[in-house]
Amino acid sequence: MDIANMKHTISVLVENEFGVLARVAGLFSGRGFNIESLTVAPTLDPSVSCMTIVTSGDERVLEQITKQLNKLIDTIKVMDFTGMEFIEREMALIKVQATDETRAEVLRIADIFRGKVVDVTARSYTLEITGAPGKIEAVIDLLRPMGIKELVRSGPVALCRGSKDIKG
Amino acid sequence: MKKTGSQILLECLMLEGVDTVFGYPGGTVINIYDDLLDYPIRHILTRHEQAAVHAADGYARATGKVGVVIATSGPGATNTVTGIATAYMDSVPMVVITGQVPTPLIGNDAFQEADIVGITRPITKHNYLVKDIKDLARILKQAFYIARTGRPGPVLVDLPKDIQLASTRFAYPDSVSLRGYKPTYSGNVRQVEKAVRMILAARKPVVYVGGGVTASEASSELMDFVQQIQAPVVTTLMGMSAFPRRHPLALGMLGMHGTYSANMAVTNSDLLIAVGARFDDRVTGKVASFAPHAKIIHIDIDPTSIKKNVRVDLPIVGQVKDVLVKINKELQAHAETTAELPGMTVAWREEIGEWTRTHPVTYKNSETVIKPQYVIEKIRELTDDDAIIVTEVGQHQMWTAQFFQFSQPRTFLTSGGLGTMGFGLPAALGAQVACPDRQVIDVSGDGSFQMNSQELATLVQYQLPVKIAILNNNYLGMVRQWQELFFRRRYSQTPMELPIDFVKLAEAYGATGLTAARPEEVEGVIRKALQTPGPVLMEFKIDREENVMPMVPAGAAINEMVLAS
Ligand SMILES: Cc1ncc(C[n+]2csc(CCOP(=O)(O)OP(=O)(O)O)c2C)c(N)n1
Ligand SMILES: [Mg+2]
Repeated sequence: MDIANMKHTISVLVENEFGVLARVAGLFSGRGFNIESLTVAPTLDPSVSCMTIVTSGDERVLEQITKQLNKLIDTIKVMDFTGMEFIEREMALIKVQATDETRAEVLRIADIFRGKVVDVTARSYTLEITGAPGKIEAVIDLLRPMGIKELVRSGPVALCRGSKDIKG
Repeated sequence: MKKTGSQILLECLMLEGVDTVFGYPGGTVINIYDDLLDYPIRHILTRHEQAAVHAADGYARATGKVGVVIATSGPGATNTVTGIATAYMDSVPMVVITGQVPTPLIGNDAFQEADIVGITRPITKHNYLVKDIKDLARILKQAFYIARTGRPGPVLVDLPKDIQLASTRFAYPDSVSLRGYKPTYSGNVRQVEKAVRMILAARKPVVYVGGGVTASEASSELMDFVQQIQAPVVTTLMGMSAFPRRHPLALGMLGMHGTYSANMAVTNSDLLIAVGARFDDRVTGKVASFAPHAKIIHIDIDPTSIKKNVRVDLPIVGQVKDVLVKINKELQAHAETTAELPGMTVAWREEIGEWTRTHPVTYKNSETVIKPQYVIEKIRELTDDDAIIVTEVGQHQMWTAQFFQFSQPRTFLTSGGLGTMGFGLPAALGAQVACPDRQVIDVSGDGSFQMNSQELATLVQYQLPVKIAILNNNYLGMVRQWQELFFRRRYSQTPMELPIDFVKLAEAYGATGLTAARPEEVEGVIRKALQTPGPVLMEFKIDREENVMPMVPAGAAINEMVLAS
């Protein structure tokens, strides 16, 4: 991937208040920044929410994104994981066609990737796959020939490795 | 003792030291207006909510205090939008209180409901919807704090009617604690040391001054700095009155309608010191050719301004005043080298002096037709040094910037960032309310004036002695100028086909109206206006197709100026 459009995973701690998501989303759309995915949920401290945003852009754009996020009054902390050791996990629910020929192969793929079958019908399996975004892509690629009927992805959440935490 | 929401609002305004609010009543603020009768707060009833916001803005720009607005929900709230955006772009401290439909009705498309918090999110520094009476005092405390600290800006508080009626025990918090909002005031000392090293090594330095100098009341620190290093000073529209124009080191405005010497100095500089300015596209022209040989030091309280539009070699985040104090001290610490600096830059100042001499800010006067620049010069001659000059937007605004020669901070109030026609008259009104003993003049265009001319009524009602000078070219002049230069003189929708009788208009409102059609009448009209008590409208029928020069065509480098048409 070229440096001008490198992917960045950013963690943003925000006040768990009404309208914060709209502020962040509005900031990205108003200033023409990309959002590839955005997840948000409360943290251990229920007054604080954590957003994980995957975005892309060159160094200058990323600097603006970080600064603009910091400028929001409701933003407590911003952390760009790029260049850091971090763990990124995403979940996908994938509904795959299950015919007599493919049934075994679907289960085998789910097994290899330590996915779970969470729903079964006469004609489909629904798999739950968790992992780094790259792993999810790989599973999707393998399942595609079998006929994916539906797919939802959560977008990644991320944490720093080791003892360093975002609050510090 | 328990108080209602609307009483709590007014108590908070009192505790914030608010003496005047600008506003307009309606159904969802009727309780506030009722309680207002029991509080010693002056209310100015403008004739339009947009004007109330511009008036609060003018009040704030003239004083540095927070301007306060009250408007009703729905149309009242949406009418404030242009005013809020104007204040936001120019970093003006302001608190706007809007009424809202009762909380149970929110989201139901209730009568006069508008999601004003949603609408103003991108044009406020922050905004609030109050959902619980217990939060009201804290929110108001935060609103004022956020509006006036850091990089100032407007904050909107949307107050539903049922919250105004609910009651609770009132206690105003002593302090504000916002874990996500801690503006950096203090400039980093290491960065300051680096800056001074760069300054001492420069041979062609230029100081580029913006509105941040005024916002942080740093004009005298700036003067001290400039005197020590003897560097030429260029200013933005917003920075105009922060440094006296008649100072020998002042080169005037830079950018699209900047002076030749200001634009040449920036283009040829080896060090550009940006002080509370944000490299707006009207300033930089073609970014790739902006100050191509210069190292850039950027001092600003807002980190997002830094490296947004141009590369920066040395950023210093902090309040302009604090950083300048530190730089001045550091220069003193290197007193010997500092003392040598002016000697090392003599050649540079001579080079610039040559540009100023060969391309002065000038115009060709006429004996038969009134030149707009002549009117500006006459107003300057006949008014006090501390007169507050307000403008609308267009050619008249640029002529004022070019020819007025401001000498004191907060004497030039103009919509720089948003460029809002209709700003001037209500902003002048607000400035006059704030400064009853000073001369306040609105330099206006015939187009802009008609965007808020209803405020003549407000001026007359409160006997605010604002003097209005309309430079009447019967054109949307600035747009016409672009059409002349870049659209083969196809004057699409810029001639104002219906000439207005401005004198009669003034008289209809009970104000005085004067008009001048010939150059020899100009001085008499201005003198008469200044001597007449109360609001006076002066109309000057000017040379219709006079252009603002020099001009940098959009997208060109700032040293590629068109000097005359
Ligand atoms: C609210 C608003 N609408 C449109 C414009 C675009 N505009 C900029 S200058 C100008 C002409 C202003 O005409 P006038 O007030 O007569 O001033 P002049 O240029 O003739 O001095 C216009 C239409 C604007 N700046 N603001
Ligand atoms: Mg005009």
